Amino acid sequence: MAAPTETWLVLGGGSTIGRAFAQRAAAAGAAVLVAGRDVAELERSAADLRLRHGVPASAMLFDALDLASHRGFARACAALAQGQLNLLLAFGSMPSQAECDAEPGVARRMVETNVTGAASVLTALAPVLRVQGGGVVVALGSVAGERGRPRNHLYGATKAALAVFLQGYAARHARHGVRVLNILAGPVDTALTWPLPKLPFMASPDDFAAGAWRLARQRSGQAHLPGIWAPVMAAIRAVPDRVFNRLDL
Amino acid sequence: MNLVLPTHAVRVASNVAWRSVALRGWGRLGSAPCQAARPERLREVADALLAEGGRNLIAHGGGRSYGDAGLNGGGAAVLTARLNRMLAFDAETGVLVAEPGVTFADIIAAFLPRGWLPPTPPGTAFATLGGAVANDVHGKNQHAAGCLGHHLEWLDLTLADGTTRRLSPTGDAEAFQATIGGIGLTGIITAVALRLLRVPSNAMVVRRRRIAGLEEYLEAFRTARDASWSVGWIDALAGGATLGRGVLETAEHATESVAIPAAGTRRMPFDAPGFLLNPLSIRAFNAAYWRRVPAGGDEQVMHANRFLFPLDGIGAWNRLYGWRGFHQFQCVLPEAEAPRGLRLLLEAVGQAGAASFLAVLKWMGRPGVGMLSFAQPGFTLALDIPARPASRALLLRLERITRDHGGRIYLAKDSALSPQGMAEMYPRLADFQRVRARLDPQGRLSSDMSRRLGLG
Ligand SMILES: Cc1cc2nc3c(=O)[nH]c(=O)nc-3n(C[C@H](O)[C@H](O)[C@H](O)COP(=O)(O)OP(=O)(O)OC[C@H]3O[C@@H](n4cnc5c(N)ncnc54)[C@H](O)[C@@H]3O)c2cc1C
Ligand SMILES: NC(=O)c1ccc[n+]([C@@H]2O[C@H](COP(=O)([O-])OP(=O)(O)OC[C@H]3O[C@@H](n4cnc5c(N)ncnc54)[C@H](OP(=O)(O)O)[C@@H]3O)[C@@H](O)[C@H]2O)c1
Repeated sequence: MAAPTETWLVLGGGSTIGRAFAQRAAAAGAAVLVAGRDVAELERSAADLRLRHGVPASAMLFDALDLASHRGFARACAALAQGQLNLLLAFGSMPSQAECDAEPGVARRMVETNVTGAASVLTALAPVLRVQGGGVVVALGSVAGERGRPRNHLYGATKAALAVFLQGYAARHARHGVRVLNILAGPVDTALTWPLPKLPFMASPDDFAAGAWRLARQRSGQAHLPGIWAPVMAAIRAVPDRVFNRLDL
Repeated sequence: MNLVLPTHAVRVASNVAWRSVALRGWGRLGSAPCQAARPERLREVADALLAEGGRNLIAHGGGRSYGDAGLNGGGAAVLTARLNRMLAFDAETGVLVAEPGVTFADIIAAFLPRGWLPPTPPGTAFATLGGAVANDVHGKNQHAAGCLGHHLEWLDLTLADGTTRRLSPTGDAEAFQATIGGIGLTGIITAVALRLLRVPSNAMVVRRRRIAGLEEYLEAFRTARDASWSVGWIDALAGGATLGRGVLETAEHATESVAIPAAGTRRMPFDAPGFLLNPLSIRAFNAAYWRRVPAGGDEQVMHANRFLFPLDGIGAWNRLYGWRGFHQFQCVLPEAEAPRGLRLLLEAVGQAGAASFLAVLKWMGRPGVGMLSFAQPGFTLALDIPARPASRALLLRLERITRDHGGRIYLAKDSALSPQGMAEMYPRLADFQRVRARLDPQGRLSSDMSRRLGLG
């Protein structure tokens, strides 16, 4: 097979969505770096990508909470990438609101992972993208970040913070060829949502990854996935507070 | 003992999340509510087995068994479909090491273009390797290639106590043989090392010929003993002089590949209404299928998938039989008993007016290596029986005929076998139970099927 023209770095490579996206990328001939904390598991995923698709794939240790490691991590990624390095930000934590309320430590960890950690690793990777003359950054935001709901408003807040961070990041690096897409994801049937009661318009990871791969080729800014969430969230955002506050969402 | 868990979910052991689900067999006969974990990481399998209160548990793969082999009403299930990574492949020996959720479709997508096929593909590519080992599945090449168990180098099995053992013909052979065809009752298979089959192309040359009746059928199979692949479709509604009428397909690998067919599948969007399923419409369908083949037979070159998995092109075809679902009955009869036994089985189905779409007839050569492997030399017949109040009585009759002719019923398809029938048909059952007691002394692995069959 010809040498890959791009390498996708999947941050949170062990996540359900990250794994499904990596399959898409590898099927299209891209090299893949799967990054996360559980390296033994990630090695298995990397072996699978190599075997199924014949592309280079390796596992990398990455902890969003270990801020000091991010620069070194970015350098290692740059050294391993073949062709253009692109990023999928696919890690995140989502403890329930009740856990966050009961345990301030849990809440802090989530904010540090989803916001501080995300901002830190993207910042560390920015010079790599600029030096190579650009790149694509896709992040998994959430519809939860569009209007705070009783059930998960702290999680939603982390995704809203991420969205604003990404806007500025896009503006800052755009003239160096960096293109940023924040996918406002609806519920996906993953390990994260497995314990939750049935959610509306639940997407399968494969369908979601196919959609994300398509969007990653075409779009920047923000996009809902599955697309049905664009009108649904428009409607939900338009509900007046006094009505919204009486709904149990 | 049942799990005590709230309706939605709780996190039990370190990483295992449970939720209540209702699982069904492929025959959609009913649903079995249970608590389910769906590991995506290897270590979560042991965690699920060790989970507090996880007393009574069974693995569930692709859900392609027709009856209750993968169901555990009121207990717990470990869904293994998402443990689906391929881990290693040796191009010299053809040995693929993979997680249990890898499907035949996955293997074919990755390896058929490189000239490898799974050794014994069952009639659906959506079966997982774990499920395929647990039923020791066979393909249209059974007479030559045997069952999946003949092609295994080793298995990793995680036991009820959370420890994992590598089993092989030389490493705890007894446990290896109990696990092959062991319908999930020895533990959870977490890795499979399987020898793939070298093939010259992705295509097959398929010959079809009409068969007028049962005697001719059995003779035709014997004549076709050198064919690499063979399978017969029977019109189970044809009676009298045409009893056993059907279409025999034999196939060889083509030397040249063909274009890969478009991926699009049609899907049954809803349960078929009952009126579509009367004996008249099915009779017409079956007769048309028979007549479609020219009197002198024909020959076609096609992608292997089309020959191996004809039903996979229609997604959710199991809804064709309506909301009540259907039983599938499959038995194998020793060659000497087959002419009489098959006739009696087909007559019983005909008399009951049970409207089965095409039934399948196949010749088997090698017995399986598992203690509860289904395969034995002889002829195997499989047919669908739509669920109706009278279908239990019919299934009982079919079991009787099978027993009277020294035959055996296939657990992958079964929803009705009696404990007495089980004991009679599976002579190594006592060995199996002894090994099971050693591997799982507390009897935590259990399913609707194992309880129905009196295996605990
Ligand atoms: C259209 C169709 C055609 C078929 N044709 C054939 C055929 O030609 N030949 C044939 O032999 N079979 C055939 N079958 C049956 C099918 O191959 C078997 O039922 C097979 O076991 C299904 O695999 P699964 O992954 O869906 O397993 P499931 O149905 O989910 O489970 C089957 C059994 O395997 C166990 N199991 C699943 N995963 C594991 C694991 N990881 N560890 C331990 N135990 C596990 C379960 O507990 C259960 O007992 C056919 C089925 C269909 C629907
Ligand atoms: N599923 C949905 O419905 C949904 C909806 C909207 C948005 N999203 C977002 O999509 C992303 C992927 O989620 P998923 O549903 O696929 O969930 P998942 O399978 O539970 O994955 C979450 C991943 O986050 C990783 N992670 C957590 N903390 C980390 C840290 N400190 N450092 C590195 N990695 C860390 C975990 O890695 P380890 O392997 O190391 O544990 C895990 O792989 C998340 O950002 C989520 O917020 C999901």
